[in-house]
Amino acid sequence: MDLYEYQARDMFEKHGVPVLPGIVAETPAEARAAAEQLGGIVVVKAQVKVGGRGKAGGVKVAKTPEEAEAHAEAILGMDIKGHTVHKVMIAAGAAIAEEFYFSVLLDRAERRYLAMCSVEGGMEIEQLAVERPDALAKVAVDPLVGIDRAKAEEIVDTAGFPADLREAVIDAIEKLWTVYKNEDATLVEVNPLVRTEDGSIIALDGKVTLDENAEFRHADHAALEDKAAADPLEAKAKHMNLNYVKLDGSVGIIGNGAGLVMSTLDVVAYAGEQFGGQKPANFLDIGGGASAEVMANGLDVILHDPQVKSVFVNVFGGITSCVAVADGIVGALEALGDKATKPLVVRLDGNAVEDGRAILAHAAHPLVTIVDTMDGAAAKAAELAAAAA
Amino acid sequence: MAIFLTAESKVIVQGMTGSEGMKHTQRMLASGTNVVGGVNPRKAGAIVEFPGDHTAPVFGTVAEAMEATGADVSVLFVPPPFTKAAVMEAVDAGMPLVVIITEGVPVADTAEFFAYAQSKGTRLIGPNCPGLITPGQSNVGITPANITGPGKIGLVSKSGTLTYQMMFELRDLGFSTCVGIGGDPIVGTTHIDCLEAFENDPDTAAIVMIGEIGGDAEERAAAYIQEHVTKPVVGYVAGFEAPEGKTMGHAGAIVSGSAGTAQAKKEALEAAGVKVGKTPSETARLMREILTA
Repeated sequence: MDLYEYQARDMFEKHGVPVLPGIVAETPAEARAAAEQLGGIVVVKAQVKVGGRGKAGGVKVAKTPEEAEAHAEAILGMDIKGHTVHKVMIAAGAAIAEEFYFSVLLDRAERRYLAMCSVEGGMEIEQLAVERPDALAKVAVDPLVGIDRAKAEEIVDTAGFPADLREAVIDAIEKLWTVYKNEDATLVEVNPLVRTEDGSIIALDGKVTLDENAEFRHADHAALEDKAAADPLEAKAKHMNLNYVKLDGSVGIIGNGAGLVMSTLDVVAYAGEQFGGQKPANFLDIGGGASAEVMANGLDVILHDPQVKSVFVNVFGGITSCVAVADGIVGALEALGDKATKPLVVRLDGNAVEDGRAILAHAAHPLVTIVDTMDGAAAKAAELAAAAA
Repeated sequence: MAIFLTAESKVIVQGMTGSEGMKHTQRMLASGTNVVGGVNPRKAGAIVEFPGDHTAPVFGTVAEAMEATGADVSVLFVPPPFTKAAVMEAVDAGMPLVVIITEGVPVADTAEFFAYAQSKGTRLIGPNCPGLITPGQSNVGITPANITGPGKIGLVSKSGTLTYQMMFELRDLGFSTCVGIGGDPIVGTTHIDCLEAFENDPDTAAIVMIGEIGGDAEERAAAYIQEHVTKPVVGYVAGFEAPEGKTMGHAGAIVSGSAGTAQAKKEALEAAGVKVGKTPSETARLMREILTA
C-alpha cells in the first residue's frame, strides 16, 4: 500500500524524522484555516500517489491564507496523470539551500535491502541513476543487521556529504530506517532531503510503501487505506474477501490462482484480437480450495459490472474442486433468476472435473457454454462479448 | 535423479496438526511421500493416524524430529505470524531443505529468514508456493499428484495453478521435477537455481520456465540460460494485461514503470534463444515439438 505524502509525513514525525509542519485539507476553506494556523509562507501540495505533480501545477507557494485558499480551489479536483486530487497538504514554507536524496527499499534480485543516497537532489532519481550513476551511492543492507550507526555512516560517506552535515544526515537516516523497520515498509524515500538556510536537515517530501502482508502486526495501518479512491466494485469484492481488480474490457474473468488468472486475461486479450479487440473486464482470483459460496460471490460481483458482456470462468482444480465451482455457478444463476442475462463460458479441468462438468450439463442453463480448452473457451467468451456489444 | 526431491527424501511437516497441515499431509502420504513425522511442541509424543494405515509421530522440535527420523526435508503449513520462527528453527536444526507453503508472510520476515538460511546453507523454497513434486517419487506441498507421472521435462514456475495447467497440458510426456518457487517479492529458490539444477540433472531433457510480471527474475534467468544452459528451454510469461501499479494476487506481480513488464521478459527470453508461447497451450506445443522431434 502506497501512502500519501501527508501520511508519510505523519509517520516520519512519529519516528522522530525531522519534517516541517503540514496539515491536510479537503476544501479551500480548510486550506485557508491551515495556512492561518501555520502562519507565514506555505506551500499547497496536491496529494496524489503519482510523480510529476509539480510540473502538472499541483504544487503552489502561497504568501497569505487567501492565496492558499485560491490555490487549493485550483488544485482540488485537478487531474494529475489520471489521478483526481481530493486532498491538499498545506506545508510550512522553508528556505531551501540544498537538496539531497535518500531511499531504502527491498532489493528483490539480491534478496536484501538497498539504501540509495545522493548529494545531488531535486532531480528524478531514475534520471540521475542513468545519467550520473556515480553520483548515486548504492549501499547493500543486510536484513539481519539493518541500518545501524556504522551502516548509516557508510551511506553518508559513500554519498559524499560535507563534514558539517554528516551528523545530522546520519541521524535522519537512522530514524528513516526505524520507519522502514518498525512500520514494515518496503520503500521509504525522501526526495528531496534538504538543508535549509539555517542549517537544518529536513525530509521535505516522503514516499512510503507498506507491506500489506504485515497488517496483522499493525492495527493502525488499516486506517491509512484510501477507501474513497477505490472502485465501488473493488470495494464490494474486498468486503467479500475476493481478490478483484477492475479493468476496462468486456469479458468478465473468474479463475483460481493469481498466475492462472493473469494468464487468462492475456489469453482473452489475445483471442479478442479476432473479435474487434475484446479485452478482459477484470481480474478475479477465487483462490485455492474455493467453496461454492466464494464462486457465487465472485460471479455476483462480475455480473454487476455494466461493462461486462460475457463471462469466462477458468478453473484448474488443484485443491479447488470443480464440483464446488459448478455448484457455485448453478447456485448464483438460480439466485439471479431472470436478472441473469450475460452468457457464461466455463472451462474446468483438474480435481473432480467429470463431476463438475456433469453438474453443469445436468443444469443445462441456457446462458452457460462448456468449452474443453482454455484457448477455445477464451475465443468463445470474446466472440460472445463482441456479439453483445 | 530429479532435483531437490527424490523417493529417498524423508519429510517432516511443521504445522502438521493444524487443519491445512492435516489435509495436505494426508494428500502427500496418499501420493507416496515418505512423511516421517510432524512438529508441534504442544502435542509432542502423539501419534497421528492418517487414512491408508499411515501414522506420523509428533515431535516437540525440528531438531528432535531430525534426530529420531533422519528427516532431510521440512514443509511448513504455519500461519504467517509464526512462519519466521518456524523457518529459523528448521535452519538452526540444520535442515537441508525447507519448503514454505504459507501465503501472506511479511517480506521483512522472508528477507531475514532467507539471509539466515543462506548463512547456514539451508535451501528454502517459497514462501507462498505450492511446493515441489518429483512425480512417482515424492510430493512436498500442495501440488495435485495425479495430474501427470514421471518424464523428462523439468518445470519451474512462480505460480501454482499455472504449474498445474502446464503439467496437465504435457501429462502424456511427464516430468522429472516441478518446482513452484512462489510469487512473493523474495523467494528462497529462484528460476536460476532451478535452471542450474535441471541443467545438471541427467533425468531432465528439457525445461519449461513460467514467469510473470514484476521484478527482473526472468530477465536474469534469460541471461543465465544464454550463458549456462545447453538443454532446450521453453518459456511462458503471464501478465501482459496487468495494469501498472496494481497488485494481482501475487505480491511480487506488480509492475512499476517500464521495469518488469511481460513484454520485456518475453523479449529477454527470446533474445536468449528461449521459445516463448503466447498461451499455456501454445507453450506446451512448443515443448512437445522439441521432445518429439
